[in-house]
Amino acid sequence: MKKALLALAVTSVLAACSSTPTEETSTPVAQKTAAPVAVAPAQPMVKEPVTVSLYPAKGVGGALGQRTIHYAFDKYTVTDEYMPVVDAHGDFLLSHGAAKVTLQGNCDERGSREYNLGLGQRRADSVRKILMAKGVKDSQIETVSFGKEKPVNPGHNAAAWAENRRTDIVYQGE
Amino acid sequence: MKNNLLVFIALLLALIQVPVHADMTLEIVTQGAQLTPIAVLPFAGDGVGSHQLSAVIAADLKRSGLFDPLDTRGVSPAPADVEGVNWDTWQAQHANFVVVGNIQEEPATHHVKLNFRLVELPNRMAHLNLSFDGSADQYRMVAHHAADAILENITGYKGMFSSRIAYITQHGSAHSLKVADSDGFNEQSMLNTNEPILSPKWSPDGQRMAYVTFELNRPMVVVQTLATGVRHVVARYKGSNSAPAWTPDGRHLAVVLTKDGHSQIYRVSIDGSQAPERLLSSGGIDTEPYFSPDGQTLYFTSDRDGGPQIYRIALSDLRGSPERLTFGSNYAVSPRLSPDGKQLAYIQRDGGAFHVMLMDLATKQTQPMTDTPLDESPTFAPNGKYLLYSTQDGGRGVLAIVSTDGRIRQKLTTQTGDVYEPVWGPLQ
Repeated sequence: MKKALLALAVTSVLAACSSTPTEETSTPVAQKTAAPVAVAPAQPMVKEPVTVSLYPAKGVGGALGQRTIHYAFDKYTVTDEYMPVVDAHGDFLLSHGAAKVTLQGNCDERGSREYNLGLGQRRADSVRKILMAKGVKDSQIETVSFGKEKPVNPGHNAAAWAENRRTDIVYQGE
Repeated sequence: MKNNLLVFIALLLALIQVPVHADMTLEIVTQGAQLTPIAVLPFAGDGVGSHQLSAVIAADLKRSGLFDPLDTRGVSPAPADVEGVNWDTWQAQHANFVVVGNIQEEPATHHVKLNFRLVELPNRMAHLNLSFDGSADQYRMVAHHAADAILENITGYKGMFSSRIAYITQHGSAHSLKVADSDGFNEQSMLNTNEPILSPKWSPDGQRMAYVTFELNRPMVVVQTLATGVRHVVARYKGSNSAPAWTPDGRHLAVVLTKDGHSQIYRVSIDGSQAPERLLSSGGIDTEPYFSPDGQTLYFTSDRDGGPQIYRIALSDLRGSPERLTFGSNYAVSPRLSPDGKQLAYIQRDGGAFHVMLMDLATKQTQPMTDTPLDESPTFAPNGKYLLYSTQDGGRGVLAIVSTDGRIRQKLTTQTGDVYEPVWGPLQ
């Protein structure tokens, strides 16, 4: 009598998908795989292969030692305060053509998750634009938005929110 | 004077605690509403304890915030029909209605059949004489269907109990997409992952769920069939893929892609047979698409005029200028249409707080539905009479419900972790 209404289950479809980490399929593909397994946790995902390990040492002094750009609420413009940081990483990327960065845009917990996903993308893109204007190659930069999903400070106050509104500059292989 | 007023309001509040299941507690606050006393008698042939169908029906009616189910546990033996009812007992307790009936179990087919009558007091007028049946492991859903019939007969509200809800739970980095009956029972995990999950959306037939998962490190849109667990990728283009919204025919999704730059709204087919079709073009963030129930109008959030606001545009005139619907705040997001298409629920920032708002689309009049600071993701019950949303309580994400007339409030509290992104599914 107490059995579940529905047998919900998860297959390893997404894991199969992740084994081709090359690049985005331009056409969505309906995946078909083996019979479903009852309420299985998601399969471990295959991470993208790391090809380059070239990055400024963390803890170096000055602007190059900073990896985070912060923003005002609902804003994505890089303010003057953070231009030296972006400049320093731009110079590093220009002089190290094999180095690659992922710019990770993030937001505070307020407002809708989807709008924040768009806003985080804008934040990452705003840094990307400045880097590219300096001459950094497109192939050296990736952007991703985590919206409000990955706060560095789990608090629910103005100080936590200010910390969480950010673009993180993450070097590949770091 | 002011103190007297506060005391008066406090007296109008009926506070009821209902255990939903082991992990979730439901608190109902009804303000200024008349509760209808109703005696749901134990059914002849029913099980015992909390698994009684009569108890499920009574709990549903209580959760509506409109009924005061009387204690019927002492009724023994359970009458099989109206002949066995001790009417004087229930009339003495001012019951307006009595529910009486019996349950037949068919061992061969594992089916249960509930036959019941709804009788009004004091004139003992029969309102309903109905039967519902289902497989034994769906006995709760049989009770929910009966509760829906009782609710509709007495209040005129359409059904809502025989539906399911979906939501995300999070404990640390452990995220789960869960589905449960609308009363919180039969909770099932559809997906467990250490990466974020967003925006679950029921297909119109309730058989599939579209959602956003970060399992491959950046957001993509997948559709999962509930009964089989099979899922397939609907959008995994360069950049971000998010904000799925079903077309009413269940064949397409509007999604938000950044493959051509910033967040813009596209339409993709569920079967992947067509390339994404860009629906709108703006210089800003366009997101949170939502189709009107008739499929003719697209509602969405955009910051094209500065801060995020809610717009709509006819799908027959996508090159036209979208109509802006929200004014009076610099931040309005998350448009959701009522099932009849006449009301718009959304989130608005007022000062530092984010509230659930309700707009009558005919008059454009708006009213705040909540006064808590960090509300998100409103979603209408299938009958349009309640809004489920997420909010914060003690620093944790919890779910809450408010009736669209603002008089009935419920808070669903879990023991640990966060719950968010609720979405109410269609009737079963």
